[in-house]
Amino acid sequence: MTLDTAISGRSNAVKKWAPAVGVVRKPLFIAGVAMMGILVAGEIVAPGFAAPEQIIKMLVVAALLGIVAAGQNLVILGGKEGIDLSVGATITLGALIAGNVMQGQDSMIAIALIATLAVTFGVGLLNGIGVTVLRIPPLVMTLGMLGVLHGSLILLTRGRPSGNSAEMLSNLVDDPLIFGLPGILIVWIGLGILVTLLLRRTLFGMRIYAIGTNETAARLSGVPVGITRTLLFGLSGMFAGLAGFFILGFTGNVFLGVGDQYMLPSIIAVVFGGTSLAGGRGGYVGTMAGAVVLTLLQSLLTTLHIDPSGRQIIFGATLLLLMLFYGRQQRLRS
Amino acid sequence: MTMHTSSTAGTLSSSRKFEFRRHPYLLAVGVFILLSIVNAILQPSFLRPAVAVSNLASFMPLILVAVGQTYVILASDIDLSVGFIISVVNVVVVTTIEALGGSGGAILAGFAAGIATGILAGLVNGLCVAVLRFQPIVTTFATGIIFAGVALWILPQAGGQVPAIVWRTYAGAVAGVPVVLWLLAAVLVFIAVFARTRFHTALVAVGGNMQAAYQTKLPVTRIRITSYVISGLFAALAALALVGETASGDPLLGGAFSLSSITAVVLGGTALAGGRGGALGSLFGAIILGLIANVIFFAQLPFEYQNLAQGLVILLALAGGVFVARR
Repeated sequence: MTLDTAISGRSNAVKKWAPAVGVVRKPLFIAGVAMMGILVAGEIVAPGFAAPEQIIKMLVVAALLGIVAAGQNLVILGGKEGIDLSVGATITLGALIAGNVMQGQDSMIAIALIATLAVTFGVGLLNGIGVTVLRIPPLVMTLGMLGVLHGSLILLTRGRPSGNSAEMLSNLVDDPLIFGLPGILIVWIGLGILVTLLLRRTLFGMRIYAIGTNETAARLSGVPVGITRTLLFGLSGMFAGLAGFFILGFTGNVFLGVGDQYMLPSIIAVVFGGTSLAGGRGGYVGTMAGAVVLTLLQSLLTTLHIDPSGRQIIFGATLLLLMLFYGRQQRLRS
Repeated sequence: MTMHTSSTAGTLSSSRKFEFRRHPYLLAVGVFILLSIVNAILQPSFLRPAVAVSNLASFMPLILVAVGQTYVILASDIDLSVGFIISVVNVVVVTTIEALGGSGGAILAGFAAGIATGILAGLVNGLCVAVLRFQPIVTTFATGIIFAGVALWILPQAGGQVPAIVWRTYAGAVAGVPVVLWLLAAVLVFIAVFARTRFHTALVAVGGNMQAAYQTKLPVTRIRITSYVISGLFAALAALALVGETASGDPLLGGAFSLSSITAVVLGGTALAGGRGGALGSLFGAIILGLIANVIFFAQLPFEYQNLAQGLVILLALAGGVFVARR
């Protein structure tokens, strides 16, 4: 199932008599329009906002959000109220592990990456086991995990986080690598291709859509529902850990709560990308676009030189406005 | 579900199942009693009336916001903005009272303005979710950002003071009975009376099966809006209790209440999917969360272990609740 069918399939009647409406409702189209609108508005208020190097800087920030949102996306696609509220704390945990293993040494980057991914995958698996074996609703399980991780972080750091990024990792995030693009963007594009292939071309991907659309049907046709869903949560933890790893490179060191600001935006990026919170519909390309739109919007508001309260109000209002175009629920009459 | 179970209720195990299905708050009551015993052992003064009342005074804001959250969740929606409604109401109340000079009339005006703010905020949520059909989690996250921004705009920095009579009254007694006990009694009466209304039945029906509720001509849109308004109202009441407790304004005060109110509701046995549960459980859920913090504090764990222990106990309670209710 493609993004297009996911959206137009929602209202076949609309599609019949007004194909144009279908186009306008496509998440990627809306995201594109929103991006252009924000860039033009930014360029008008603050000349230089849409300069290529500025755009690349914003894309780097979007990549960090986008990597977290990849895991969130998978969990949400798996349906059954799938959602991961623990990603914020998992990011911080990932950054902490990475920073402490590498301690600024280039030679330790690979080991730090492996350690980070292994631990955060484990955290995600625990979420998955809680959801599938103990049958705790995902929102509750990951909310509980959030509290546990928060406590663990305080215990691990005694309130004073340590560890810092190796120079090579910081360069990968900040400096141009190929075609003037920083390494992190190449990584993100690669990840985008991988996740999309995983979803569209592998058995595991088919199973994700199957359990997200109709779990009973999937179970009856032999899909290992529990294992698949547990793995989704594991992957979500791992993507959060990966994001933490790069965020360490981005900020240079770790502070408690570094990941918190990504938790709810990762869900918004997924929704704006056209993935249904009910599961079974959507994909990662839209989520990437959603992450870019959110980041551009935040940058624009930062550029506007209005005080933080006004910035927050406009950000929230814009989110609501964007919801008018997508992320709406079915009419009861239908 | 309940019908099925009740018809097979005969053996011991299925009658237990029946009890938990019909009264999901029973488990919360059990946990509450257990925690109270542990708390009383660790903190011998726990059962002294003065200590109990002061505990209740500090739990009251979460109790109120969790009760309001219950009605939204019963209708299968969710309200992530309640914490920020608390923030904005808190600063509205404090700045209004200060602006009007702190007289008795000013206090009443401040409280009225705060309650109106809470209701308005709930109305905004309800309209976005029920009329515009926005997804509840994302919507209330977005409106929460707006409310937080408004709170910061009204009062950029924590400060302001309310007249002493406000917190003296909150900590004081009327007719020999502490004010917080009157409040608790009022909440209990509200929960009991409201649960018997036709509206409450409709709310549960909407949460159980929205499509079916619509087809039986229930005014689904209006019911969902009302549940958000009730949630906004209770968040405002929670903010008033916080003003009584802290006696000042803080735009960042409320944020944490959004997630902890949901935790309290789930601990109280209300299903997140909607249609099953009740506010009495949430009341106990909120008290449980407060007692857990108490117990961990008085267990004299080293500081750095306290948060982890609290997180683990809450996760355990959440998992245990879901687990037992489904056996």
